[in-house]
Parts: sequence; C-alpha cells; structure tokens
Amino acid sequence: MSILDQPSSSSLSGGVTRRQAWGLVGLLAAAIVAWLVFAVWPQWLNAILISKKAFVSAILNGLTLAGLYFLVASGFTLIFGLMRNINLAHGSLYLLGAYIGYEVTSRTGYWLLGVAAGFAVLAIIGVVMQVFVFRRLEGDDLRQTLVTIGISIVAADLMLAVWAGGTYQIATPEWLDGALTLPIITAVRSNGASVFLTYPLYRVVVLAAAIVIGVGLWLMLNKTRVGMMIRAGVDDRAMLSASGVNVHAVFAIVFAVGAGLAGFAGVVGGSALSVAPGEDVRYLLASLVVVIVGGMGSITGAAIGALLIGLAEQIGLVYFPTYGVVLTFVIMVVTLAVRPQGIMGKAR
Amino acid sequence: MHRRTLLALALFTGLTAPSMALAADDTIKIGLLATFEGPFTVLGEDGERGAMTAIAETNGTVAGKKIEIVKGSSDASPDSAVRAARKLVEQDGVKVLVGPLSGDEGLAVKDYAKTKPDVTFINGTSAAQDTTLRNPADNFFRFSTDGAQWMAGLGTYAFNDKGYKKVATVAEDYSFPYTQVFGFMAEFCKAGGHVPSKSWVPIGNKDFSSVIAAIPEDVDAIYVALGGADAVNFLTQYQQAGGTAPLIGGSITVDQTVLTSKGKLRDVLKGTPSAGPTADTNDAPAWKSFVAAYAKQPGAFPSPSLFAHGYYVNMKATLLALDQVGGDVSDGGKKLREALSKLSFDTPTGKVSLDKNRNAVADIFLTEVTEGSDGNLLNKLVKVVPQVNQTLGIPEDEFMKLGAVNRDNPSCP
Repeated sequence: MSILDQPSSSSLSGGVTRRQAWGLVGLLAAAIVAWLVFAVWPQWLNAILISKKAFVSAILNGLTLAGLYFLVASGFTLIFGLMRNINLAHGSLYLLGAYIGYEVTSRTGYWLLGVAAGFAVLAIIGVVMQVFVFRRLEGDDLRQTLVTIGISIVAADLMLAVWAGGTYQIATPEWLDGALTLPIITAVRSNGASVFLTYPLYRVVVLAAAIVIGVGLWLMLNKTRVGMMIRAGVDDRAMLSASGVNVHAVFAIVFAVGAGLAGFAGVVGGSALSVAPGEDVRYLLASLVVVIVGGMGSITGAAIGALLIGLAEQIGLVYFPTYGVVLTFVIMVVTLAVRPQGIMGKAR
Repeated sequence: MHRRTLLALALFTGLTAPSMALAADDTIKIGLLATFEGPFTVLGEDGERGAMTAIAETNGTVAGKKIEIVKGSSDASPDSAVRAARKLVEQDGVKVLVGPLSGDEGLAVKDYAKTKPDVTFINGTSAAQDTTLRNPADNFFRFSTDGAQWMAGLGTYAFNDKGYKKVATVAEDYSFPYTQVFGFMAEFCKAGGHVPSKSWVPIGNKDFSSVIAAIPEDVDAIYVALGGADAVNFLTQYQQAGGTAPLIGGSITVDQTVLTSKGKLRDVLKGTPSAGPTADTNDAPAWKSFVAAYAKQPGAFPSPSLFAHGYYVNMKATLLALDQVGGDVSDGGKKLREALSKLSFDTPTGKVSLDKNRNAVADIFLTEVTEGSDGNLLNKLVKVVPQVNQTLGIPEDEFMKLGAVNRDNPSCP
C-alpha cells in the first residue's frame, strides 16, 4: 500500500488531496520541460545550459540510454522478482548477445536476423542456466551469487579468447541510417530561418523498441495467464506451487525472457554504441543500480529507474563530465536512504 | 576445512615456487607491463608485439643470457598498473621492468619506482608530461617521447596550411590527453588560433552523442584526442549524427588500433591531419625493416601502431643497455642505469637520446589519414619535425612557467 493511494484528511475539508497535489507538481514539471524543448531559448538560458541543442540532445540521449538500460534491467528484475535469484552473470548475457548479433549480422548481412539470433540464442542459454545452475541452488542466495560471479568471470575470459579485445560495431541496415529532423527549433539564424534539431533515426528506433517491449511486458504480466502465474510467484511462491502450477516451467519461461531480453539489448546496444570486453560489467552495474532505484521485481520500477539513471548519466556527461558518474550513485544513495525498497518496490 | 586450506597453500607455493627458482644465472627476467584488459586491450596487445619484435631481433638472448619475459596486466587505471608492477617486482622478482602503456599509469608507476631504487623502470608508451618533467624518478627512463612532443608541428599546420582558426577539443579526462591538448594548443594558440570549447570525457565512455551535440556549431574543426574503443565510439557516433566539421587527430586517435576498426567511421577519418612518433608511409629503410619484422608477430596490424613502436624502442634500449653491462644487474642495476642514461641509438624512426630528466629527444612525424592501395587506412607522412625535445624547443625556464598541464591549462578561448 503506497501512501499515494490514501486520500489525506485535508480532502474532506475541501482542500486538494495529496494525489491532486502530486498531479499539479507533475503537470508543472511537464509544462516546464515542454517549454524548454519547444520554445526558442532566450540568451541567458543558452549561457547557463551551453545551448538548446546540447540540452535537448542530452535529454533525448538520456531517454534512448534509458531504453537500453530498461531492456537489460527488466530481465534482471524479472528473474530476481520471481526467483530471488541474483543473477550476477546478467551482464555477460548482454555481451554474449552483442557478439552473437555481430557474427550473424556480418555473416548474413541481415541486421534483423542478428537481433532475432541475439534474443533466441540467449533465451536458450537462459533456460540452460536455469535448469543446470539455479535449479540446483534453489533458495541458497550466497551460493547463487558466488556461482553467477564465477560464471561471469569464466564467460568474460571465454569471450575474450574467441572475439579478442577489439571493438566491434554491429552494422545497422541502410533504412535505419541517417538523421531525423525533429520539429524542435534549436536556434534562429540572423536571416530569420529556423534551425531544426536533427537526431539519429536509429536512436529513435531504440527508444521506440524499448517502449513497445516495456508495454508488451506489462501486458504480458498483467493480462495473460502466464503473467498471472508470474505475479503470483512473486508474491508467494509456495502457494503458487501448492495450487498445482508447475513453478519450474514458469521459472524457465521467466529466465528465457529475461536472458533473451539481455541478448536483444546487446545487439541493439552494440549497434548504437559498440561491443568490447568490459561491457558486461558496465551493464551489470547499470542494471543493478536501475533495479535498486526502481525497486526489485517491478517492471514499472525498472522503467522509472532506467529513466532516472539514463537521464542523470547523459546530463552529467554534458554539464559536469568529471563528476557525472557520482550523480548516478547519488540517486542510488538517496533512494536507499529515503525508500530502501526502491521507488516502486514493495516493503517486505 | 583445515585440510583444504593446507591443500590450497601447498598448491599456491607449488605454482609460485618455480618462477622464483628459475631466476638462475643463465636467464634474465624482464617484466613487461601493458594493458591486457579494459578499454585499451587492443593497444596493450600491440605494445607486446612491439616488445617481442625487439626481443626477436636478438633471438631472445642478451649478453649470452636467455631473456625471460614476465607479463603484468593492467586496465589503464593507475592503481591497476601499480598493482601489476608490484606483483612483477615483489613476487616475480624482476629487476628490469618495461611499461606501462597509459598516461596516468606512468605517473603512478614513476611514484612507485621511487620506492624501489634498485629496480630499473623503462617506460612503455605512457606519455604524460609530468612522468619525467616535474619531480622525476632517478630510475625511470623514457625512450619514447611524451604526448606534447608528439603534437610537434600539428598546431601550426592546422592554422597555416589547413586554415582552421577556431577549433573545439574533445579528449579523455586524464593526464595523457591533457598533455596532447597542451602540445596542440601550444602551437595553435601561438599561431593565432582560438579554442572556445574543451570537452573532457571520462575514459571508457560509450555514448558520445550528447558531447557531440554540445560542440559549438561555428568551429572550423574538432581536435579529438581519444584512444581505442573511445575513439571508435566517438567517430561512429559523429558519423551517425551527421557531423560535418573536419577532424584533427590526437596521436592515438588516428593510430592503427583505431584505423583498423570495422564500420562506417572510416569515412569521417579520411584526410584527418595528426602528428605522432610514427608515420605508416615512412620511406626510411630502417622503418621498412621494422615493419617487416613486426609483421611476423601473431595478429599484427597492417602497420605497427605507435604502441608497438613505443614498446619496441623502449625494449630495444633496455636490451642495448643490458648488453653493454653484460646482463649484470647484481649491483642493484647501477651500471645498467648509467648505460641507459648515456644511451643514444638509431631507431626505426631516427636517432633517440635522453635529456637530463631521462626523457627522449626524437623525431616527430606530421601525418594525414589516407586510404592505401589495399583499402587499409594509413597515416601518410607529410613532414618530419627533427629532434623534438620535451620543452618543444622553448627554453626550459620559460616552458616551466607555462605551468603543469590540466583541464584548464593552456587556454585561449
């Protein structure tokens, strides 16, 4: 039960409810953001925030990065939420997916095939891991943690042996290349012509894909039978098992989806950025932070956490690059101090 | 539990003991410290190829003794470099150490060197200015030049020949890129150019698009000093964002480690001027025979990177000095260090000698990226700047007044 759901006493005396107050704050924030994005900036604002182009680009990049983080973290949070399995090899799944996507794309020439392969292969690996590793260690948190750390180290070295230390770039298809001109005016030239913001089309597609998958996951969890079982498993695993559901099958499905999403994100992320050793740890850390901030086991939480972290990272990079990294952890520390279960997490 | 601990201990001693026992009279151990992990892995691997090329030239022996290479791996962070150096010196017992690769690592290893006066440290390719300029260590030698020296001639060339008056810089946020930007700006600002915006990016950053968007639109060119994966990411995203301003490259930005990357970044790189300790199309016979020897190393690039070159030169100097003292380091390396300080020899890129701070004076090459006949990108030699010293030809007291390099020094907005 969150505080937001309970009408405060002031509503009875004709004042605004707490929820209305939050709504007002939200509206105000949305209005400010809309103004910042669509209005032509006065000089003083440009002076403070470098330039409108830099600011709006940082916001857009934050959103696409959040999309990527969400894809990785949603799998992580699902696996944790249902099984209490902290899979510290999740970052390796991301990197392996990226390498597989690279191989398939460069061999066949079809990028979409690479994306599909990244998802499919990692989904299978996820099931294998569930059956051979996690099923044996059920309920033993410490050993799970240690074993998955071990797997991630071995996987990192195996990948280094196969793909060496080079930086790979997954080639995006022609139709995803180029830049999109957005209806956002960044500046007005002296002759009165407006300069519109251009933004790489591919990144818009990444963001759209993340939103579609997020909505899809939410629908799956909330509107389907499997989703119902998963949610029941999150709340009470023993009870779900007792009511005749094959919990292991549900676990396997969740693990397949979670690992597959990590692989999918690897291919998509490897096309937007690049693939190199070390990415596994980076994305594991990112999804840990996202999940801690958003709340373990919640898809909405993962989305909110990813948004916060993605935006913080990009805005930090533009406005205070040296200390930008700190911002991410400040968010985490504040969340842990104020709401230890995470923004959307349930207190247990 | 007790038995297991004993077993582990026994195993551990079993693994470490042979390496200690092997330090017999007929072998000489040389530590090789480079980045075999992290964002600079590719760079470290090529550094190793360079060092191995030098060792192959003497058939793996020096002064009649067999050379045993003990590798240490760092990830470009100063603490990992010191950890690896400590392991090599204190566990493996090396008396001669070649490395490290990256700028901050060099500063850290130099400080560590001060605590081990009887071990001789020879640089790999780390090129931060203050590794040797301010507060140097008596037992740290650098036969490769520093990042500011590498930029000799580039600022003037960009201003006079290319006609760039306003340049923005994008560089990683640590000592080596500070040094490179310093070297570029020292000439560029003096010639009358302006640098209105400097972006410092954390090392290992992946997403540069926000940084690219923050670069002012009215600059004539962008000076980029990023290395390895960072450079690949920046260049790809610059191409994706439809960037049109021409680029000027830092030494490691247009190095073979980046030029050989696959992807669309090749298009934005062509024609990029740069400067550094090597040029791929150098016609000198010494360079050509070095390229041929280097090509025998497994996994070699079409042309040696500056890391292969730097490690080669430093390893070569080490072997030459060891040869002079008959491979004898039993006196705490005193004779070896004396031989090193006096050493002057011909490298594939011309004569190298040391100054009083034990930093190299050597030739620098002004280059431009072109496509070779086989489709590989190459650094075409434009001009040789002969015998550049660490103070870039400026009298030392004047040069020291310019202050230590950092984010804000120099500045000419």
